[in-house]
Amino acid sequence: MSPAVDANDVRRRTRELLAAHPPATTDRTDFLKARFDAGLAWVHYPVGLGGLDAPRSLQQVVDAELAAADAPDNDPRRIGIGLGMAAPTILGFGTDEQKQRFLRPLWVGEEVWCQLFSEPGAGSDLAALATRAVRDGDDWVVDGQKVWTSSAHVARWAILIARTDPDLPKHRGISYFICDMTDPGVDVRPLRQITGEAEFNEVFLSGVRIPDSRRLGPVGEGWKVAQTTLMNERVSIGGSRIPREGGMIGPVSRTWRDRPELRTHDTHQRLLTLWVEAEVARLTGERLRQQLVAGQPGPEGSGMKLAFARLNQQISGLEVELLGDEGLLYGDWTMVRPELVDFTGRDAGYRYLRSKGNSIEGGTSEVLLNIVAERVLGLPAEPRNDKDVAWKDLSR
Amino acid sequence: MTAPTQPPATPDLLYSQDEEDLRSAVRALLADRADAPTVIAATESDTPYDPRLWEALATGIGAAGLLVPEKLGGQGASHREAAVVLEELGRSVAPAPYLTSSVVATQTLLGLAGDDGPAAALLGELASGTRTAVLAVPFATPPAGAQAALTSLDGTVRGVADAAVADVLLVPTAEGLYAVEAAAPRVAVEPLVPLDLTRPLATLTLTGATGTLLADADASATAVRRGLLAGAGLLASEQLGIAEWCLTETVRHTRERHQFNRPVGSFQSLKHRMAQLWLEVVSARAAARNAADALATHSPDAPLSVAVAQAYCSGVAVHAAEECVQLHGGIGMTWEHPAHLYLKRAKADSIAYGSAGSHREAVAELAELPAP
Repeated sequence: MSPAVDANDVRRRTRELLAAHPPATTDRTDFLKARFDAGLAWVHYPVGLGGLDAPRSLQQVVDAELAAADAPDNDPRRIGIGLGMAAPTILGFGTDEQKQRFLRPLWVGEEVWCQLFSEPGAGSDLAALATRAVRDGDDWVVDGQKVWTSSAHVARWAILIARTDPDLPKHRGISYFICDMTDPGVDVRPLRQITGEAEFNEVFLSGVRIPDSRRLGPVGEGWKVAQTTLMNERVSIGGSRIPREGGMIGPVSRTWRDRPELRTHDTHQRLLTLWVEAEVARLTGERLRQQLVAGQPGPEGSGMKLAFARLNQQISGLEVELLGDEGLLYGDWTMVRPELVDFTGRDAGYRYLRSKGNSIEGGTSEVLLNIVAERVLGLPAEPRNDKDVAWKDLSR
Repeated sequence: MTAPTQPPATPDLLYSQDEEDLRSAVRALLADRADAPTVIAATESDTPYDPRLWEALATGIGAAGLLVPEKLGGQGASHREAAVVLEELGRSVAPAPYLTSSVVATQTLLGLAGDDGPAAALLGELASGTRTAVLAVPFATPPAGAQAALTSLDGTVRGVADAAVADVLLVPTAEGLYAVEAAAPRVAVEPLVPLDLTRPLATLTLTGATGTLLADADASATAVRRGLLAGAGLLASEQLGIAEWCLTETVRHTRERHQFNRPVGSFQSLKHRMAQLWLEVVSARAAARNAADALATHSPDAPLSVAVAQAYCSGVAVHAAEECVQLHGGIGMTWEHPAHLYLKRAKADSIAYGSAGSHREAVAELAELPAP
């Protein structure tokens, strides 16, 4: 067994990378590939897969060195689904071949990933999904419809869950695949939203052939694999330090300071209450971050999404009201298909409307409250009648 | 206008191993000496404070001297450790003059004391737990609102917490800060009937009393503000302890209590309320830890950290106690179930050292969000 990697090793390797590939004169993609190959992409990943088998906390040493050297980054917001969901799942359940094939272009950002989970009839009750995958020789043939797929219009690959055995209860008949978004059976259509733009898509799958070699995990174990994906989705929030007034409270506080003519006693009281709550949420996220760094992850992560969803909605609602006449206007209703999910961008009206999704996407607030109640507090589950019934016999 | 200052350093929001050890010791003591029937019985007696509990806590564990440097007879610890003691005192609503004597009076004196003199001597006595003191200001006084109520040792101060059990009264006057023996002539301490039976209130009447002048008016005003700031900041930890107990007991009760052939805790309407409370409790923990750490490190961010913690944690403790009563159903309304002790303590605490509203006013000033 090799000796444990420490902060000094990581710092030395980062400096060697910078010396061999000076950021000022190296092509961005080449630098990122070299960084991956040096094990400095995600240091807690295995050697050969972009990591050093080092403690996750050492990543901040790398990041600080690279930031100081003005090194290019891999635009984590653009490839968030790949980094946050696909990568940990491939690492946990993929074959060696799959890990070698997919992780490097995923991390470098050459290949964008999207996620084909939700369906029109299976949102919060995700395991009720109806997209079918039928075995045909070495391939699976997939038919169905997915929805709320961000990045599908720019994605090269997708993680996909589909039903492979309708005779089993719903959680047991699901398998997990890697889907090629360039397959002719994949049809991505923009889904225009409340904000006017089409940040998400509907994805229609018609006779899509996926080789069995792109299955992740055993047949019928797709639900278990998906749990890894979903857990990582919820953990990814709260990973970095947030400055004071770093969230949606920032713009409204600046408006308050810059434009005294807008101030009223009512909005003052509400602003102060929300400012305090936003500061407390920031501190709660900071405490969670410190717990992670200290190697004692707490269950607070599931709570942070709840807190931010509510705060974003209340703060942006106050902001529209504070603006008075201007709050009656909206920046631009033109239908666009952005490459990025942008919660805080544009104007107050956009923030107000977009934040309505914060309590729905990535698990509704109601489902997250159930998860907190049952898994953190240990409260009993509500009685269910869908656990032991074959999926095909469930009422829909 | 620019954004308000960023916190100068990253606060340590976790608990150290020493702090966890201290917590275990205090919790074990309180489980032994201050269980719910004992606390309820004490509130019905004329002597709400159990001297043996105080001796074990203050002297045995050394909690009374946590804020006091070793050279003055204390433990040389910090607000972070004192906050942990207050979390446990909140969790048990134990009657003990810890917040008033070991935090507020002690912090006030620390603002004055050199290495010797009467303030240093009194600090040593408070640190050892052999005597207790209270700051003679109304319990509802916010840190920013501290001003001398009396021109001299003559007049009345209403609603002073723990005055009925204190040995020494620290009286801010226009002349400066006096230490007055509670048992001295021309000092009347008249107990009041408090909403929170676990923290007695009294009205002080001084009719030309005599005392030891500890500081002049300016030094006194600064020291009193420091004392009240520490009190308000660490009160957040007491409020966290109250909220934690209320949530834990409510979860336990609703798992066991069956109605409609199911544990009531399996109903989604109740689960969501408890999950929401859990989120408030973990948030209150971050806010309270931040305030304790800012006080401990003498951070310039301390006044804002304290105001944020008080503006937030007051509401959390009251909400948790109110949910505790409601979700316990009829049992929650009885005298023998301790839920009412927590509701009364939480509600009184929400006024103590300034209401949430007065702390939001402080936030308005410190975060540069001025009123219209």
